[in-house]
Amino acid sequence: MKILIKIIILLIIIPSKSFSLIEVDITRGNLDPLPIAVSPLSIDENSRQNFEKILKKRNIGEEISKIIEVNLKTSGLFNPLNKDAFLQAPDIANLKPRFEDWNLIKAQALITGKVSYLDEKLRVEFRLWDVLAGKEMVALAFTTVPTNWRRVGHIITDKVYQRLTGEKGYFDTRIIYVAEEGPKTKRIKKLAIMDQDGANNKFLTLGNELVLTPRFNPTSQMVTYLSYFRNLPRVYLLDIETGMQEVVGDFPGMTFAPRFSPNGKKIIMSFAKDGNSEIYTMDLENRIVEKITNHPSIDTSPSFSPDGKFICFNSDRSGYQQIYVMKSDGSNVKRISFGKGLYGTPVWSPRGDLIAFTKLHKGKFYIGVMRTDGSGERLLTENFYQEAPSWSPNGRVLIFYRETKTDDKGEGFSAKLWSIDLTGYNERMVKTPTDASDPSWSSLLSN
Amino acid sequence: MNKSVIISSVLHAVFIFLTAMSLPFLSKKPIDLPPIVSIELIQITDKTNIPFAPKAKKIIEEVKKKEDKLVSEQAPPKKIKKIKPDSVPMPDDLVKNEKEVKEDKQNPEVIDNEVKQVSEFEKDELFDPNNIAALIDKSKEETAETTKKNDKVTQDQKRNVENVGLSLSEEDALKAQIFGCWSIPLGLPYNENLLVRIKLQLKRDGTVAKSEIIDHARMNKPGQGFYKVLAESALRAVKLCQPLRVPTTGYERWKELQLNFDAREMLEG
Repeated sequence: MKILIKIIILLIIIPSKSFSLIEVDITRGNLDPLPIAVSPLSIDENSRQNFEKILKKRNIGEEISKIIEVNLKTSGLFNPLNKDAFLQAPDIANLKPRFEDWNLIKAQALITGKVSYLDEKLRVEFRLWDVLAGKEMVALAFTTVPTNWRRVGHIITDKVYQRLTGEKGYFDTRIIYVAEEGPKTKRIKKLAIMDQDGANNKFLTLGNELVLTPRFNPTSQMVTYLSYFRNLPRVYLLDIETGMQEVVGDFPGMTFAPRFSPNGKKIIMSFAKDGNSEIYTMDLENRIVEKITNHPSIDTSPSFSPDGKFICFNSDRSGYQQIYVMKSDGSNVKRISFGKGLYGTPVWSPRGDLIAFTKLHKGKFYIGVMRTDGSGERLLTENFYQEAPSWSPNGRVLIFYRETKTDDKGEGFSAKLWSIDLTGYNERMVKTPTDASDPSWSSLLSN
Repeated sequence: MNKSVIISSVLHAVFIFLTAMSLPFLSKKPIDLPPIVSIELIQITDKTNIPFAPKAKKIIEEVKKKEDKLVSEQAPPKKIKKIKPDSVPMPDDLVKNEKEVKEDKQNPEVIDNEVKQVSEFEKDELFDPNNIAALIDKSKEETAETTKKNDKVTQDQKRNVENVGLSLSEEDALKAQIFGCWSIPLGLPYNENLLVRIKLQLKRDGTVAKSEIIDHARMNKPGQGFYKVLAESALRAVKLCQPLRVPTTGYERWKELQLNFDAREMLEG
């Protein structure tokens, strides 16, 4: 027993050499775009010649890689490196990249791939590599008709974007908008649709009737929009894939901005009945209209939360136009905007965490975002006139339209589409063949 | 008997009186304490890693260039003696340039240089509460030098050094290096608990011998895509940054390190 006690005492007395693990908290990083190398997709000579005949493109592999590169650059999150600096040939890089070479040009990620002509179809395989870890991150192959080559580029970008950022991409999407032509006093307005990068522009209506506020169904390629028929507002449904159009109904007075519910089974809008503008929903199956708000003030611009449980809208019930949130049955109305100025066109983010809005303050228009409880208001961009923000399907980018001032002679007016991401730094004009307004972003075409 | 007792007690009394009179607190006046100067402790990176606006960056680069020039124009420490009255004065132009740059500078290191250049006598006179940071740095250097000289470190002291983690400046240097290498994936949600802990085994030169994500199992769980993306970005940062800026001494205490990557602060904005 005594010996045991002695041993214990000795163990306590003799200093043992132990080191506690040092912990260092890293709470900051850089927000620079990630350097990425997009190696041209390799192609064999036979396939190249076949695609040249069909698509009139000399090297379809290079064209697809350009689409990927431009998409990544416009996102603001990636910095595609200059191809002149690449040391490894595309076909060899696709088999086994020499990571030291890519590391040398400071690439942190690498895209390689191969294009082939297979049974009159286009087959594209691509690989995403982590250069620093020296391992493959994604490898996928797509087969489609050759004319779909641009979409393949967009789909590859979406896969790369998702793998590196953790959220879904927004590149394989389309934008519907109102194309405008002619003098300001006599504008011709047509519905038009294009890819998110401005390619494949098509007009969907002839411009005989005034069209307003097209909105995509979040679950399909269906669009709802407002048009005037014999000076009466009429809400339409248009299937983009089939071209089928259907009248939802004629509505009295000032009708505004029909928008789909998250499951696409209802539309929500505001119209003035008995001289008072209220918010209504319509079930698209049985066409039953339900009144949601009941207040003597003007309630407009409703938008559902992505879970369908809440609705945000703007109202002047406090004396000035502000943003409110209520449950989808119209109960529990809460004002969420309290800043100076007027707030309008609230749109709930597909991610559910933010509400985008237009703000008018001291003669300037702002596009901004706030949390769903009204906190954390951030103004992303300021201009003479801009409004109608619409979210990209991943809730990271907003598209809106901006008008320029007319000069003393009444000239110089233009309306263009612009996009801005949530950081507020990555603002870009989206090219359209004509003037454009009221954009709406579709969901991802390929899920 | 009585006589000797009296003599003894008188002598005792005399000695007690003399001892009491010679105590220092009785003869000296109380020291005038200098006014209290508050010192705010901040991380070095807060000062050194502030992202500058493009315009400010240009101005700073210009000032840096001027500083570089100044350094090349400055005489080596021994030639500082020239400032003294018995030496040849510096040309007027050089003095002017020096003054101009001094006005622009906000970096305490420069103040440190100024302090170094004056003589010990002048240093006492030139004491300025605002230069405390510089003085602290100087005192650190001095203590470091003395400890180097005194190689005989006791066992207790050694144990203390070994058991303590990285010093503030060591930790700060490491953090600043990794901040620059870590590209935060901006698509991640700010309101989710995404903390990635990586355990590193380091070589003496700061290169990574082994890196391991502590909660590795979470990476392959369904619905943990964001965690996986963050973990991969953290691993990239470590690989990109190596060799890490580790201390030159005390390998045993930092040969294993844990880095906790937390992007919430950045993502929340």
